[in-house]
Amino acid sequence: MDLSIKWLKDYVDIDLPAKELCSRLTMTGSKVEGFWQEGEEIRGVVVGRLLKVVPHENSDHLLVCTVDVGGEEPLQIVTGAQNVREGDLVPVALDGSSLPGGVRIKSGKLRGVVSSGMLCSIGELGLTKHDFPYADENGIFILQEDCAPGEDIRQAIGLDDTVVEFEITSNRPDCLSVIGLARETSASFGLPLKEKSPSYKGIDGDPFEYLDVRIDNPVLCKRYIGGIVRNVKIAPSPRWLRERLRASGVRPINNLVDITNYVMLEYGQPMHAFDIRHVGGGKIIVRNAAQGERITTLDGVERELSPEMLVIADSSKPVAVAGVMGGEYSGIMDDTVTVVFESACFDGASVRRTARKLGMRTDASSRYEKGLDAKNCLPAILRAFELCELLGCGEPVRGLIDRNCDTREQVVIPFEPDWINRFLGVSIDEESMKEYLSRLGFRVESGMIYSPSFRMDIESKADIAEEIARLYGYDKIPGTIITGVANARLTKKQELERKLESCCVALGLNQINTFSFISPRCYDKIALPSDSPLRKSVVILNPLGEDTSVMRTTVLPSMCEVLSRNYNNRNPQAALFELGTEYIPDADPRKLPAEPSRLAVGMYGRGFDFYSIKGVFEGILEALGINEYEVEAAAPDCGLDEVYSMHPGRSACVKLDGRPIAIFGELHPLVLNAYGIGARAYAGKLLVSELLEVEVPQKQYRPLPKYPATSRDISLVCREELPVARLERTIKDAVGQVLEKIALFDVYQGEQIEKGMKSVSFSLTLRSHEKTLTDEQADAAIKRIVKALKELGAEIR
Amino acid sequence: MKEQLQNIELRAKKELESVKDTAELESLRVRFLGKKGELTAILKGMAGLSAEQRPVIGQIANRIRADIEDAISNRLKEISAQQEAKRLVSERLDVTLPGKKPQIGRVHPLNQVLNEIEEIFIGMGFDIAEGPEVEYDYYNFEALNLPPDHPARDTQDTFYITDSILLRTQTSGVQVHVMEKKKPPIRIIAPGRVYRSDAVDATHSPIFHQIEGLVVDRGITMADLVGTLDLMMKRLYGEDCRIRLRPHHFPFTEPSAEVDVLCFNCGGKGCSMCKNEGYVELLGAGMVHPKVLKNCGIDPEEYSGFAFGLGLERVVMRKFGINDMRMLYENDMRFLEQF
Repeated sequence: MDLSIKWLKDYVDIDLPAKELCSRLTMTGSKVEGFWQEGEEIRGVVVGRLLKVVPHENSDHLLVCTVDVGGEEPLQIVTGAQNVREGDLVPVALDGSSLPGGVRIKSGKLRGVVSSGMLCSIGELGLTKHDFPYADENGIFILQEDCAPGEDIRQAIGLDDTVVEFEITSNRPDCLSVIGLARETSASFGLPLKEKSPSYKGIDGDPFEYLDVRIDNPVLCKRYIGGIVRNVKIAPSPRWLRERLRASGVRPINNLVDITNYVMLEYGQPMHAFDIRHVGGGKIIVRNAAQGERITTLDGVERELSPEMLVIADSSKPVAVAGVMGGEYSGIMDDTVTVVFESACFDGASVRRTARKLGMRTDASSRYEKGLDAKNCLPAILRAFELCELLGCGEPVRGLIDRNCDTREQVVIPFEPDWINRFLGVSIDEESMKEYLSRLGFRVESGMIYSPSFRMDIESKADIAEEIARLYGYDKIPGTIITGVANARLTKKQELERKLESCCVALGLNQINTFSFISPRCYDKIALPSDSPLRKSVVILNPLGEDTSVMRTTVLPSMCEVLSRNYNNRNPQAALFELGTEYIPDADPRKLPAEPSRLAVGMYGRGFDFYSIKGVFEGILEALGINEYEVEAAAPDCGLDEVYSMHPGRSACVKLDGRPIAIFGELHPLVLNAYGIGARAYAGKLLVSELLEVEVPQKQYRPLPKYPATSRDISLVCREELPVARLERTIKDAVGQVLEKIALFDVYQGEQIEKGMKSVSFSLTLRSHEKTLTDEQADAAIKRIVKALKELGAEIR
Repeated sequence: MKEQLQNIELRAKKELESVKDTAELESLRVRFLGKKGELTAILKGMAGLSAEQRPVIGQIANRIRADIEDAISNRLKEISAQQEAKRLVSERLDVTLPGKKPQIGRVHPLNQVLNEIEEIFIGMGFDIAEGPEVEYDYYNFEALNLPPDHPARDTQDTFYITDSILLRTQTSGVQVHVMEKKKPPIRIIAPGRVYRSDAVDATHSPIFHQIEGLVVDRGITMADLVGTLDLMMKRLYGEDCRIRLRPHHFPFTEPSAEVDVLCFNCGGKGCSMCKNEGYVELLGAGMVHPKVLKNCGIDPEEYSGFAFGLGLERVVMRKFGINDMRMLYENDMRFLEQF
């Protein structure tokens, strides 16, 4: 809402610098977005009188003008415009002046003739023909204003208003008006509000001879007032009215249309004007649209209506979509003679639904949808009549057709000063509270507060508390600390996630945050089979685009995306993790999806290989105190479909009690290719939510060993496909308790080793906690190993 | 003999002074005190002494041996110290060469600040609540006093899944979940992702994070809200931080406020960062609307409460001087490693 300060001053005698006005209004709840001086970009432009106009000696299309700009000596200015005559008053941009758009004007020579400035067109002043209908858009602006040479052009043409832009919240449609903001200004500064009751003389006649109005749906149309204006003379509006419209950001059109806009801006009540020739049968019926009914609106678009929409119809067809837009042929034409003014009140939710469904939000609909006061219809139409007479653009017929179905009662709330003070945590005395309320138009009488009808938002004592608080000043409410004992703690999930975060950071991974919606094509990119359940996503009905149209069922594509972006930004390496969510749709679409928590890991470069990412997962599990898990080569039936995104020979699944809790590995070449990653990259995910169900035993201290350890190395040769884990397990079982540690130190294939075989070497640490182990005992253990390995087909080298 | 012994002592001590390293020292020791050394040689001659002289000379000899041993060991210490000092000098490094840094990761700036805010509120006795991101319309809007066709819904362009399921546009729905499950006293914050159909640019993202706060108890006042927010902002931005509450409208709070902080850049004088206002808008807050309490089965006559919602991205960007929100979701290593 753009407010003209000149207009505001019709209603409140306020004389403060704009900045002070704005900051006070902001602090009482009418948020100012900014303010500006009209014509503030224009500097050094004055009125000039053309004393002499002669052709340029070196040009056919230039004129040399001698201009009186109120100084001692007239100036010589060259212009290319042909519409200037001696004696004309014109805007003159002097040497060193500036025009809208940052244009600077300097003296110079044009074809050898000195020009000490520039004569301006209306466009060069940042205006249009709508602001000054008499101006020639293709030539110099020949002023028809009452002004004298030397006068600042801004004063001369009334471009000296201050405009304040407000952000009006949706609960205060009454403030989308000059009067509404005047009320706020009056209340904020404690200044009287100069209320006016519009009046008109009118001509004799009976409006019912012209028109009848019927409301078929009193729920959606609370009030409809129709008024007749005869002998309409369509012409441009006077300057003062055009100026105010322009300051409010509304384009002047003609006197009748301008009046409807002027009243809407002043009263906040949308108005409509019909040419009575197009109201067939002289009947206005406010009814629901019939199925399939059509209307061509003012903007020339034909629209299909549906039965829940409210229309203004004549005896045969809709002539307007109620509260949204008029019909193309019902509006004001240059030959209009008799006009019907509509001042009506429609249901906000209904207007909102209709406007949205038709895809057109208008000035009127955006006001109606917030809910307007039906009582405001009457003064608004009276004001329109008053303006018709003031502008001499028509003769209002005395009397109105007023169909009023408004049942809203005055809101009455008990006045409880103690409660208000307790609720706000302040101590405002009762008299001040009453004062604030009365300034805002509330009546306080015998312990009750009577709300003014324009305050559609007031419902309860909490609303009253806000009214008092905002005039008292939010900034005067002290800060206190809540008291009482509270026992705050993290949930198990939060604790686990924090642990994972710090653990990943310690393992050298950088945390990322990615979008949780992805393109459905990502499932192809990560090479999921066409029947993978992961392809069934929660789908967004109105996405921004296909790339962000489904909620991810796996965190893997997001990680791949980030690996790819880093690779393509030429970062030599990346080591990343994300604590993210997956969204798994429920079989019943009426139910919410599951949102399990996941840890995604991804890395490339820095010499990373499969064992690097395996190390990360081992490190995480160790930090969580989970030791009893199995790592196996990831198989298609492992339960995690990300297996399809991975190198079949370099991916593993971690199982806890037979249930998969993690998968990791080298990304499949197809996936690397799809993401444009030109290096081997590794990724994996951990099922965080599932880990919450795992019982992690309390860590127990084990005494440090008292007896020395014995070391033995063993090297063996076995078939290459035999997993090292199998060998380890066999050795552990064969040695038993005294095996303190088994560490792999070499896997070798090549010279001296038969093809299809591999050499594996372990270093064993044997120790007893009861006594020093003898060589014989150690040797016996090795013998047991050799025997067990033999059964597995592995020979000691 | 006595003179001979004293002579040995004198010579030994004198020679010791010129000994330069441990090897020379050892040969000196052998020469004087060794099995074939001078002192031993003299002592061998003691057999020819009288019974009276023998203990006297013996005593002198023992004293001299001990003295020389002491002198040698002192000299050894000196030489070792000198050699050590020499070695230390020779081992001098260029300490300006780069260190061997272990690879450590970084917590994402969003999470760093989120963790910080969570710590502040845990310290004030707030639990951390969570709620679904894919949410029923009821929790996101209706229970919060935003019935269908409420004009305030326009300010939050919503992604829909079905007619009644959507991607939450605000964390405020968690308030309702919490109040439905728990009776007052309630003190929670609810951080999480929210979704609005805004195209990506330097200051907008269709996904961003909010931190919701809710306190419900007997006798909770608007002054408590002011105090809590003031404390949070001071902890987050330092003791000099000043906040300002300004009336606003949210359907689920009454009274409602927007909360500004004094512009960090200009200190309130007005600059381009604060659009000349001296303050920067940071969050929305208010007293929980009595209808919302009622919707959750809490009697507004008995209890009152306050709520607030803070945009995490805005805080993070301000804190680290990040001027493009997209950086937070691009996750370039060169960005991540800065925090």
